[in-house]
Amino acid sequence: MRDHMEPPAGSAFEAVEKGLVTGPAISVRLAATTVSHPTVDALRARFRASVQHHEISAGDQHVVYVEAERNREILQWLKEDPAQHYDLLSDVTAVDFGGGQPLQVVYQLWSVPHCRGLRVKCELPLTALEIDSVEPLWRTADWLEREVFDLFGVSFKGHPDLRRILMPEDYAEGHPLRKDFPLRGRFTRAEQTRRALSQDPHDQGIPGGSSVGREPQMPGGGTLEESDCSEPSPGLRG
Amino acid sequence: MATKTVEYSLSRSPEMGVDGGNAHGPLFPVDVAEPGLGADPMVINIGPQHPATHGVLRLVCELDGETILKVTPHIGYLHSSFEKLGEYRTWNQIVPLTDRMDYLAPLIYNCAYVMSVEKLMGVEVTERCKVFRVILMEMERIFSHLLWLGTTAIDLGAFTPFLYAFQQREKIYTLHEKYTGARITTSATRVGGMMADIPDGWIDELKEFLRLFPRTLDEIDALLTTNGIHLGRTQNVGVITSEEAVNCGFTGPNLRASGVPYDVRKDNPYYEYETYEFEVPIGEHGDCYDRYLVRMEEMRQSLGILHQAIERLPGGPMDVPDTHVTLPTKTDCMSDMESMIHHFKLITDGVKVPPGDCYFAVEGSKGELGMYVVSAGGPKPVRWRIRPPSFVNLSVISKLAEGHLVSDLIMINASLDIVLGEIDR
Repeated sequence: MRDHMEPPAGSAFEAVEKGLVTGPAISVRLAATTVSHPTVDALRARFRASVQHHEISAGDQHVVYVEAERNREILQWLKEDPAQHYDLLSDVTAVDFGGGQPLQVVYQLWSVPHCRGLRVKCELPLTALEIDSVEPLWRTADWLEREVFDLFGVSFKGHPDLRRILMPEDYAEGHPLRKDFPLRGRFTRAEQTRRALSQDPHDQGIPGGSSVGREPQMPGGGTLEESDCSEPSPGLRG
Repeated sequence: MATKTVEYSLSRSPEMGVDGGNAHGPLFPVDVAEPGLGADPMVINIGPQHPATHGVLRLVCELDGETILKVTPHIGYLHSSFEKLGEYRTWNQIVPLTDRMDYLAPLIYNCAYVMSVEKLMGVEVTERCKVFRVILMEMERIFSHLLWLGTTAIDLGAFTPFLYAFQQREKIYTLHEKYTGARITTSATRVGGMMADIPDGWIDELKEFLRLFPRTLDEIDALLTTNGIHLGRTQNVGVITSEEAVNCGFTGPNLRASGVPYDVRKDNPYYEYETYEFEVPIGEHGDCYDRYLVRMEEMRQSLGILHQAIERLPGGPMDVPDTHVTLPTKTDCMSDMESMIHHFKLITDGVKVPPGDCYFAVEGSKGELGMYVVSAGGPKPVRWRIRPPSFVNLSVISKLAEGHLVSDLIMINASLDIVLGEIDR
C-alpha cells in the first residue's frame, strides 16, 4: 500500500501536470556508431556532388541521399561495381511527409556476397514526380515501382509496363498513400458503389488485340457490354 | 524422437531422372508450334476464385495449345490499405494489422513489426522476450510451411499429406489460442515486450508437439519425397537460376532452392540467431522439387532451433522494465500513483518514437520480411511499409511459367508459397 506516500518532487506526476513528459528516457542501447560505411565513402569519391547527404538512422543503418536525376547511374554502379555488388534490391518504396515537403523514393539494397545493406533515397518535388526506372537493373523493381506509381503517383521513366497494381486499373480517385488523400477516399460512398457496380469484368486485364477474351456473347446476339447485364440495378446505385 | 523413415539428400540421384529427360514421362515444355494452327493465342482466365490460386489471385494466361506463352497476374482483390490505416494509428495499435496480412504465420509479422519499432527507439528487449520471440517465429515457420505442404500436395492430387499437415497445424492453432486467445489474429507483441507472459503448461504442450511432429513429417516425407507422380510434376518445372533469382528479388526458401545461401538469420542476424545451431538448406536446381526439399528441411531445422530455444529460455521479466515503453502491472496501477500516470500516458499518447527511419528485416516463412517505419516523433508513424516477400516472389511467376503447360502453372504457383493477404495488403 503506497497510497499514503507523497509523490516525490520532480516525479512523473509533477511532470504530467506541467506537460513536461517529453523525451523517452529509455533503457537505450545508444549505438552511436559513427563508423563510416565503405560504400558511402566510395560513392562520395565517385559521384561527388550527386551524393547530397549521408545520415545514420536507427543506430547503424546508413542512408544516402542522391540526386534524383542520376539515380539509375548511381544504382547501376552500386550494383555492378565489384567492391559494392548490391545485387539484391530488397525494396522500393516512397515516403510522403505531407505539408508540401518533397516525396522520397527509397531503395533498400542488400549485397549478398558482402552481407551489407544500404538505403538510398531520392527526393522528388511534388510538382515533378518523375524518376528513372531501375527495372532494367533489377527485375524486382517491376512490381515494386508499379506499386509506388499506383499508391504515390511517381512515374518511372523507362518502366516497361507502368500501370496500377493494387488498385483497379480504372481507379479515378488518385494515389491513396499520399498525405493529401483522405482515408475514406475522395468520392462519396454512393459514387464508389456506382463505379464498382458499373464495371465490365471483360475489360479487366484481358490482353488487347485478342478476340478470344471477348468471345462469349449473350444469347440474343449482343455482347455483354451492349446488354443490360453490365448496368447496375437501380436499387444498388447507393 | 522417431527415426527417419526415408533418407534423402538435397542432391538428386540419377535414377530420379535429372539429366537428359525425366524418367517419369514427358513433362517438359512441349513445343507446339504446329503449322497451320497459327491462330491467335487462346486466353484462359484462372481465378480470382479458384482453390489452386491459394487465395484471391487472378492469372490471365495466353496459351498456344496447352503451352503457356504469357501469364499476367492480377492482384489487389484483397487490398485493404494497411499501410494507409497504419498512418492513422498509434504505434502499438498497428500490431493487429500485421497479423491480418499473413494469416499463415501471424506471429512472425507481429514480431517483425515491433522489432523494427524497437530498433528505431533503441529499446533492447529482455532476454526472455528475445528467446520467446525466437520460439514463436520458428513455430510459425513450421506452421506456415505445413500449410504450404498440405495445399501443394492437394494441388497434385495427394489428399493424405493435406490431412496429416492440418492435424499438426491444429496443434499450433491450439498453442496460439492458449497464449493469445485467438487462433489466427494473434496480435501477441507489444513494443518492448509481449502481451503477456507465457502461460503455465504452454511450453510443455509445445514440447509435446515437438516430440510428435517429426513422426508426421517423416510420414509426409515418405509419401511425397520419392513419389513418382510428385517427382514428375515438380522436377525441372519452374526452374530459375541463382543469378536470375537474386535479380528477381527472390528471398527465403525460393531463393535458397536456387542455390543462393542467403538467410537473414545467418547473414544479418537478430536475436542472437548466430548462437543457435542450425543449417541453411540449399537447393541445386531451382525448380519446384528443390523448393519442396528446402522447405521440408527447414521444418526440421526449425525443430532443432525450437529445442535449443526452449532449453535456454530464461526466467525474469518479459517486458522492458521501462514505464515509458511498456505498461505497468495491474497491481501497480491500482496501488501506485506514478504507475497509474504512466499507464494513462501510454494508453492515451502511445509510445514515443524518436524521428528517423528504420528498415528491419527478419527471415519470414516466405522470404525476407522487412518492416520499414518512418517516424517524425509524433504519436503515429509517418509511414509504415512492409517489404512483402510473397509480393516479390509472385512477380516472377510469368517468367517461371513461360513454356510450361497449364497444369505446371498450378504447381509453380503452389511452389512459390504465396499468401494473398500480404501481397495485396
